[in-house]
Amino acid sequence: MTKKLKRKLRNIILGAIIFACACVVEHSASGINANLILGFFLVAYFIIGGDVVKKAGNNIVHGRVMDENFLMLIATVGAFCVGDNAEAVAVMLFYQVGEWFQSYAVNKSRKSISDLMDIRPDYANVIRDGKEEEVDPEEVKIGETIVVKAGEKIPLDGVVTKGNTTVDTMALTGESVPRDVILGDDVISGCINLTSVIEIQVTKEFEQSTVAKILDLVENASSKKAEAENFISKFAKYYTPTIVVLAVMLAFLPPLFIDGQYFKWIYRALSFLVISCPCALVISIPLSFFGGIGGASREGILVKGSNYLEILSKASIVVMDKTGTLTKGIFKVKEIHPSKESNLSEEKLLELTAYSESYSNHPISKSLKEAYFEKAKEKEFAKERIGEIKEISGYGVEAKIDGCVICVGNDKLMEKYQISYEMTQAPGTVIYVAKENQYLGYLVIGDEIKSDSKQAVAQLKKAGVKEIVMLTGDRVAAAEAVAGELGIKKVFSELLPGDKVDKVEELLAQKGEKEALIFVGDGINDAPVLARADVGIAMGGLGQDAAIEAADIVIMTDEPSKIARAMEISKKTLTIVKQNIVFAIGIKVLVLILAAVGIASMWLAIFADVGVAFLAILNAMRTLKSKSAK
Amino acid sequence: MKKTYILEDLDCAHCAGKIEEAVAALSTVEKCSLNFLTKKLVVDAEESNFEAITKDVKKIVKKTEPDVTVVEK
Repeated sequence: MTKKLKRKLRNIILGAIIFACACVVEHSASGINANLILGFFLVAYFIIGGDVVKKAGNNIVHGRVMDENFLMLIATVGAFCVGDNAEAVAVMLFYQVGEWFQSYAVNKSRKSISDLMDIRPDYANVIRDGKEEEVDPEEVKIGETIVVKAGEKIPLDGVVTKGNTTVDTMALTGESVPRDVILGDDVISGCINLTSVIEIQVTKEFEQSTVAKILDLVENASSKKAEAENFISKFAKYYTPTIVVLAVMLAFLPPLFIDGQYFKWIYRALSFLVISCPCALVISIPLSFFGGIGGASREGILVKGSNYLEILSKASIVVMDKTGTLTKGIFKVKEIHPSKESNLSEEKLLELTAYSESYSNHPISKSLKEAYFEKAKEKEFAKERIGEIKEISGYGVEAKIDGCVICVGNDKLMEKYQISYEMTQAPGTVIYVAKENQYLGYLVIGDEIKSDSKQAVAQLKKAGVKEIVMLTGDRVAAAEAVAGELGIKKVFSELLPGDKVDKVEELLAQKGEKEALIFVGDGINDAPVLARADVGIAMGGLGQDAAIEAADIVIMTDEPSKIARAMEISKKTLTIVKQNIVFAIGIKVLVLILAAVGIASMWLAIFADVGVAFLAILNAMRTLKSKSAK
Repeated sequence: MKKTYILEDLDCAHCAGKIEEAVAALSTVEKCSLNFLTKKLVVDAEESNFEAITKDVKKIVKKTEPDVTVVEK
């Protein structure tokens, strides 16, 4: 509770006690001076509502009359004038209690949100002149060394220069399994060092560090407003003046033409004015979005704007990239098939292939090298065995190994040298090998499907996505194999990066007006597609600035199942937003009607103002509570 | 240049809207956004104008919500 809230609460309680005494005195003891009783009530009134009176006076001085404080002043002064002292104090008390609860709820939700984003490190232990010094993370420069003890937050991005440990990335990724970090690994700010002391050489200033970027992104996400928020701003703009005009009409027209009882109608008009504040909506709608965005970030889903959260709930087409999104993007040798004629062992074929590819840095060559090193338990190639190596772009390589010419490459290479080989349709990248123009066999290199990809596709279908499309630059066979296993029916393969944009454009043209298309990629080379889609989601964003820049939503981990989770959060948030809009406007309109016909008292009007705001805030806070996906 | 002000004790969302509107209307302010939940007012303007802008912001806040204190960051 803030100081201001505590002070207000004290005033409310003290005032309420005096008010109760005044009521008792008024009813029990007859013959007491009426002015004394009025004095009693006035003391209670000023203790409870002194600040309201002060604010109202202040506003009048500044030439602004139309606000809640002024209205409460008029309403209560009116009651005093007609001698209804108890009513005057009670109305003020009720209003202040409502206001207090509203402030309390706002504070509480601010606190929950800031707790949620409690990833900002408070200090860094930097080594300067051989001594450890505790400083603000913002003061640490690139190249300096910091010490992070077990249990501390890693304050800045850097490289481990001493020690091994495990880190908890939960606050950034929602991932509960800690990560092992060894000497030379990159570490990211915002993680918690769990087991032992490490030293880190800082590679980024605090402003540029992961934790600062994430915080900045989430805090500013609400500046990109959702349609629902814009609707509320517009509504508020017209709502208040409309009610004021109606109130003026209500105050003067009926007495003029019907019964001449000015006081009765002015009092009803005052209730109208009390309801005229759109606070419930103005607070609770942005709060709902903010809560949704905050809750999502806790699970490692960064949403860059309320608008994206809103659009996500309307997704009907999900377009996914294959490599790096549905598959791990790490190539592995999956099959080794020496031909019967060659009489070679699998190991020997792999060895020859790896040696031929030893100078290339292509991911496929790397996978060959890795597989060879692992199988042969080697750490290096025997350089003396390798002769001249010629790369034939688009075909493969021709290498002299142990003095023999080895050709390693695709089917086109085999055809070029007129080597007879067995054509295969195995899914993945197929590498054919020949020695001195004699066919030796082939290897299949494939990507691995992520463990939760299948579940991700199923969840998206369940969440109401009509069409799931997979795009890839890979060959048809490889694409079909992955799609078949995951249950994706629509596949476009062998696409160049530019083709992906065209395909997304085509799909965008097909969808309905109220539907949205999301594209999911790894964020590294699909920036144009991410930009073109209604919502672009990048996977595996942790530590990848490019992905964080390019996408509208960033999934910090490598799990595609988070896409459906993000949709779930988005839908829940939108439901709460709609509930609040309907509930707040509904109650207000209802009470307006009741007040016009004289059924609703000032009490009910105050409830329609502050009470509704309080309840709407409570409802909005539900967006923060995110239960993890099963 | 961007500058952030923190508006302590900002309780009323409607007033926050009014403050944002008034600050945005200042001729030297290029862009401004007030986040009710983080209580942060971010003003984008020429560096040389900030002295005057800070004064104006304080004035606007004082007028709209006398309870709120402006803290420069």
